[in-house]
Formats: sequence, structure tokens, C-alpha cells
Amino acid sequence: MTAEHLDGNTLAGPLGELFAVDVTTATGRCANCGLTGPIGSLHVYGPDPGLVGRCPGCEEVVLRLVRGPGRAWLDMRGTVTLRVDLPD
Amino acid sequence: MRRLVWRAAELVGSTPETATARTLRFRVPGWPGHLAGQHVDVRLTAEDGYSTQRSYSLAGPADGEYVELTVESVPDGEVSPYLTEIMEAGDQVEIRGPVGGWFVWRAENERPVLLVAGGSGIVPLMAMIRTRRQAGSRAPFRLVYSLRGPDWAYYADELRRPDPGLDVSFLYTRTVPEGASRPAGRIMLADLAEGGWPAGHGPDCFVCGPTGFVEAAADLLLALGHASERIRTERFGPTGG
Amino acid sequence: MGGFVSIISRGFHGRRRDEGDRLPPGQYLVEDFPVLSAGPTPRVPPERWEFAIDTEAGVTHRWTWPEFLALPQETPTVDIHCVTEWSKLDTSWEGVSLDTLLENVDTAADYALVHSYGGYTTNLPLEDLLDGKAWIVHRFGGEELQPQHGGPARLLVPHLYFWKSAKWVRGIRLLDDDRPGFWETAGYHNYGDPWREQRYEGD
Repeated sequence: MTAEHLDGNTLAGPLGELFAVDVTTATGRCANCGLTGPIGSLHVYGPDPGLVGRCPGCEEVVLRLVRGPGRAWLDMRGTVTLRVDLPD
Repeated sequence: MRRLVWRAAELVGSTPETATARTLRFRVPGWPGHLAGQHVDVRLTAEDGYSTQRSYSLAGPADGEYVELTVESVPDGEVSPYLTEIMEAGDQVEIRGPVGGWFVWRAENERPVLLVAGGSGIVPLMAMIRTRRQAGSRAPFRLVYSLRGPDWAYYADELRRPDPGLDVSFLYTRTVPEGASRPAGRIMLADLAEGGWPAGHGPDCFVCGPTGFVEAAADLLLALGHASERIRTERFGPTGG
Repeated sequence: MGGFVSIISRGFHGRRRDEGDRLPPGQYLVEDFPVLSAGPTPRVPPERWEFAIDTEAGVTHRWTWPEFLALPQETPTVDIHCVTEWSKLDTSWEGVSLDTLLENVDTAADYALVHSYGGYTTNLPLEDLLDGKAWIVHRFGGEELQPQHGGPARLLVPHLYFWKSAKWVRGIRLLDDDRPGFWETAGYHNYGDPWREQRYEGD
């Protein structure tokens, strides 16, 4: 296998269009292997035709983001939970 | 926090770093400030409405409504030759950001820091060095900077000036200056063992550069006993220029 | 974007936007061959490679690498169009027509779900694979198909956007009902006709 991937932090801009928090610092759990870690540590492929975030442990797809004109599609079926630290 | 918006950015000045790289200074009214290590998206729009965007790391610390980017001109690139060769003071692009809260260093963090740069991967690490200096931080920093040869160094004068608490080592992969003790070559275990921190000090490690370089350097850090959760990486992918 | 007046970057022209009757709307011409990927590049040695067609009745037809190469070969020269707006003209390939592969397959299915080594999938109507419109190719430009372009073998369906031409193809499932694939479930158009500019869902 070769892996010309990027890091999860490359998702910060595209996800920043959707969310009011920085999701790259949130902790996600991989639905396939259960590995937990920050979204910023995912292996990211793309950006075209879409951003594909894969688990650094098992390489399964954790999230996908496609940006079209005037809309975006986010698929997070590969993520069980997303823990976001927030101020009280 | 707020959702990202595009802001107009006017070029106010630029300085060459090397024969092919240029630091661009923009004024961005409404800029919310940023952290060292964050990046921005830059959007260019042609007269006929065609537009395209690229990501660049911020090179400097927060400075009011000013931001600095260092851009390497990619041969036959679509965007970087425009930014480095054609754009003049007064011309505009759009910038949104800052983005990325993962690959960042905060001045209140006092742990030792190891910065490992491959080529233009120095840019976000330089923002950390400058932020440290500006904040008067006492966190000890070491930088290991791998590049083709002395002529390819960004920020060369600034990195050679004494900066208490910062140690810099240059590794040349192709061309070494006369009298250099280390032969030209890719980054090795000894480079990080000598130029970095012992794993026992528990430094925060930031590695930035092309994918192959980042893989190699991160593997070497793990081999030296650094904990994977203390190693943060930022790979430069194929940017399309 | 959004109907607002954009900031124009004086002197910025961007890459050439070509026109001409061989280019579908919104496409530009490239001379190189861009590589886009949604995951690591699988490395499939020929001795482990196989291609399978599964019918809706549960019958499987398999070909090993030598069996596949022993089938009648064709050498299509076609234009390809990527949804990311590049097009490449007169690309030359070598491989086996889907008409040949499906010749002895008994099916009344309407849909095909193509699947690849590495887990990628894409869907299309079965009729888009027939009548000389699609091939499983293993050579490009007179040379072995390189892994980054889908080698050992990929699907080639040039009349649809190129994401339908699945790299590292492993098999095709014939189905009575349409089952959207990897990009088709993430916002891309279910059919993907470049001449009708069917890029995204709803286009």
C-alpha cells in the first residue's frame, strides 16, 4: 500500500464552513476498529473529488465531505461519537 | 467561535525568501487573529468569474489585521506563480481563516518543543518560533530544518541570529557548504537524536513538510522513543500549485 | 458564489478554460494525467488478482489474470472527462469489452454495482456497460496500467464522468435495484453524464 494522504488538520477549513467549533480538535471514535483520537490525526485523501478522512489505525473511512456550488454533503457513518470540548 | 467567512485581503508588501519563494503581507480588515501553526484558505477570482482556492500556512504571529504567508512558486502552477510573480501591492485576494486547531503551539505552553521542517514545511514552524519570541516564552525550542542546500533556506538571516532558548540545526539533502561536517543526505536518526530533545524530556514535536519527509521524520521520532500523541504532523499534499 | 460581488484579483487568469465541441460544458483540457484518490493505492499482484461477476440469481463468474488476458482484447481510443473539470482527449487503452465478459452471463438485472480492491464502489445501469461502451482495461498508452491509475485493471466507461471508471476493479454485482456507490452516496450525481453536466446530486 502507498499512502499519499494529508493530515486531518486539512479538514479544518472545509469543516469550518459547517460547524461553529473546530472539529479537528474534537475526539472521534472509529466505527470499524474503535480507535479514538482527534479528527486532526485522520489520514485525509483529497481534496478532489471530495475529502475522505480515514482512521489512522485501520484505514476505514471515518468521514467524507463533498463541497459543491452552494452546498456541501457530510457523511460521518464511520464515526461512532464525536467528543467536543466546550467552555461551560 | 464563528463560522468561516471570506474576507477581502489587500497585498501591502512582499519580500523574497529564495529565488522561488516570497513572503506576502496582507491587510485583512476584520481579521480575528490566529495561533501559530494555523493556515488560511486563499481564493482568487478572475475577471470572468472563474475562481480557485489554495491553503497556505501563516508565517507570522497574530498582528492585528495583518497576516503573512510564504509561498513557493510551483512551476506551471495555477496560483503560486500569480502570488509570487504577478501580484503587486494594492492587488486583492480573498482569505478565510484561521483554520486548524490541532497543529498549533500556544505561548502559555512551557514544555520543550521540537520543530522538524522539510523544505517549505518551515512556514508554520516559523510562526511558532516568532510567536515564542514575541510572547517572551521560556519554553525551550529546537528546530531541525531539512532543505536542499543553503540557497533554499527561508528566513535564513533571522534563523542565524541568536535567539535565546532556540537551537537551530540545518540539514542539507543535496548541496552542503564547504567545510560542513555532515554530508548531504536525507534526515537520519542521528540528526534528530543530536538536534532534538531526548524522549525523556517529553517534548511536543511538530513535523511539517512533504508527505515522504513527514513519514520518515515521524518514524524516526517514534524510534527514538517519542510518544505518538506528542508528535503532530502536517503534510503538504499535491497542491496543484 | 452566493450572488455576492466577488473580489477580483487583478491580473489573475487561472488555467485555460477551453472551448470546443469535444469538451463537455465546464471542462478544461489537460495533457498530463491527474491522479485523484479516496484512499491508499492497493497493490494487487497478478497471481492474486481475480475478476468476478455476480448475478442477481447468486451465480458467480470468475476470471484469473491469465484467463482474463486470454479473452479477445480491444484497443479503444476515447476522451475521458473527470468531474473535477479536467478532460483528456484521445487516450488509448487495451482491455476486454464488457460485452465479452457478459456474453455467457445469464441475467435480467437492470443495475450494476462495480467494486474494487480497497473498497471503492460505483453504480450504473447495466445497459451503460453494454454495446461497446465499457471495458476492463489493463494497458494505457501502450504500457501496463500503473497502480496509481488503477492497475492491474480498471473499468473504463468513457461516456460517464471518470469516477464511474473504477480503479483496481475487482468485480461487478448485477442487481435488480439500483444501489448508489461511494461518491454517489456522498453528494455526487447518481448517473454522471458529462454532456448534461450531471456533477452533483440534483444537477
